[in-house]
Amino acid sequence: MKLSQTVPLAARALLRNKTRSFLTMLGVIIGVASVISMVTVGEGAKARVASVFDAMGTNLLIVLSGSTSSGGMMGGFGSMPTLTWSDLASIRRDAGAVRAAAPVLTTKVTILSDDANWTTAIAGTSPEYLQIRAWKIARGSGFGDTDVESGNKVIVLGETVVTRLFGAGVDAVGKIVRLRSIPFTVIGVLQRKGQSPIGQDYDDVAITPYSTFQAKIQGSIGKYVPGIIAVSAISPDDTYRAQAEIATILRDNHHLLSSAEDDFMIRNLTELASAQQQGTKALTGLLAAIAAVSLVVGGIGIMNIMLVSVTERTREIGLRMAIGATPAQVLVQFLVESVALSMTGGFIGVALGMTAARVVATRLGLSASVRVDMAAISFLFSALVGVSFGFYPARRASRLDPIEALRSE
Amino acid sequence: MAHDAKTPPVILAEGLTKTYTLGDSTLHALDRVDLRIEEGEFVAIMGSSGSGKSTLMNILGCLDRPTEGRYFLSGSEVSKLDRGELAHVRNRLLGFVFQSFNLLPRTSAQENVELPLIYAGVGRSERAERARAALERVGLGERLDHHPSQLSGGQQQRVAIARAIVNRPRVVLADEPTGNLDSKTSDQVMELFQELWHSGLTIIFVTHEPDVAKYASRVLSLKDGRIVADRQQQARLAGGPAIMQQSVSLDDARGF
Repeated sequence: MKLSQTVPLAARALLRNKTRSFLTMLGVIIGVASVISMVTVGEGAKARVASVFDAMGTNLLIVLSGSTSSGGMMGGFGSMPTLTWSDLASIRRDAGAVRAAAPVLTTKVTILSDDANWTTAIAGTSPEYLQIRAWKIARGSGFGDTDVESGNKVIVLGETVVTRLFGAGVDAVGKIVRLRSIPFTVIGVLQRKGQSPIGQDYDDVAITPYSTFQAKIQGSIGKYVPGIIAVSAISPDDTYRAQAEIATILRDNHHLLSSAEDDFMIRNLTELASAQQQGTKALTGLLAAIAAVSLVVGGIGIMNIMLVSVTERTREIGLRMAIGATPAQVLVQFLVESVALSMTGGFIGVALGMTAARVVATRLGLSASVRVDMAAISFLFSALVGVSFGFYPARRASRLDPIEALRSE
Repeated sequence: MAHDAKTPPVILAEGLTKTYTLGDSTLHALDRVDLRIEEGEFVAIMGSSGSGKSTLMNILGCLDRPTEGRYFLSGSEVSKLDRGELAHVRNRLLGFVFQSFNLLPRTSAQENVELPLIYAGVGRSERAERARAALERVGLGERLDHHPSQLSGGQQQRVAIARAIVNRPRVVLADEPTGNLDSKTSDQVMELFQELWHSGLTIIFVTHEPDVAKYASRVLSLKDGRIVADRQQQARLAGGPAIMQQSVSLDDARGF
């Protein structure tokens, strides 16, 4: 007897008892469906975390000044300026793993248009800033190095600011706004970036050359960078190298002894992102593990029903053996039956899981891209469940004594 | 039936013994049975329950192995074969008919008859053809698609007989084939067996009804695991000219 003959044989045996076959499959259906939907939703969450970090900037490192210490009270990082403009120049020049570095000086400022005003965060920075933050200009243009050198009164606005000052959909490029009674020309509008995970509006922002910022808004020009330095590494894998290089440069510039602590702080956002990714991954793994348990429970259901089936069909097995079925053929027949059950269940489960994943992901506002490899793996796993949980009942069937089996009721 | 002395007997058993151990005591279900059955015999095995007739049938049917003794089926020894090899022997050389028919439910007559051919690895179209021919031979050519539940007891047993002969066995073994049938249907089934015998088939059946045993050409009586009587007899002839015609065409039919 060939395998191709056992498949219709098994199919017929299963169709003789449709309700029971379906209920038997249900365990595997639910198991596979939950694996697929859990993993898909988990992947969606991971993708969202990744996109959040992408929105912050590519391969981003943030360099902060050291902390003050007055009378035992430690200020936070950045409370004591230690980063100098020459530090920035050194980083740009000497750190091989750094693609771009920009100073970021921030404050709150009220911007006035002709008939509205809006208080927002303004950043004084250099042209590299947009590259570091992976931020594009939607309309107009950004400022260039000449604007920085001449301290031109130009400003680039975020969408939220444009809406507040001029109304939605108005092209703000070329218009004049006032900051502290000083007129600035709007030369560009930033592309919409949305919200941060904690609900902060990325688009409620304005940027201007740091030289202009210092002269017109901050009103002081000194040796120290009165803000942070944002750095972009040349690739995600180079963030650690960049971090080390910057640390070396800064320690050298600041003449720190090898025993002394850093008087600056470097935050690696890629590290943070990967930690977040690890978290989501762990969660996904946990969900998948729970789902896999239900798949195993489904397998036990199959084993249970196959054992019942072997008992019920003892006479049939005896007859098949009497007319020439070898123990191996009986084993294969029952194995094919349980694999057919579990694979049909797996197939339905994949379809159901994909649908469920789509619904859940839409609810949670996640992208639901079902991984084909995941679907294939759970399908194959369901087949494996069929083989492993079907083996014991099938072996029992194959070991029946034909005489005893024929005598049974 | 005349037979060529040179051909080996289809069944040759020497000192067949089957013992069961129950605690301290051993039970001899079969006690050194010698048996020789030539091709073309129609043998009834009689005996009360516990006489060992079922054990003998099981061993002759290669469903069981003797504790001691040797059993040659169609000239080759089968008493030492393993379960898988015995399954092949049953499939190729033997046909079984049971008291309770043992047809697969919700399965057509034709598919039931095809079953031994599936295990013999016969292809689909040849299977269908041979199953149809076998069903026609037992007079059920019109009921190929009927399920067992749609057939009478006698018809079900005919399907079972068709299943027993479909793979051209050397011996058909029937265990109380009329046990579940009324006397009229019993006669019809036994007449069918006789027809098959006339066409050259070797048939061995177990019964405890003397009326049924009368159809056989030879009757073995068992008691306490031994053959206590073995007599040839004039088989009770049933049926009319049709049967006689069958026996005339014996040589053609043998190749069926």
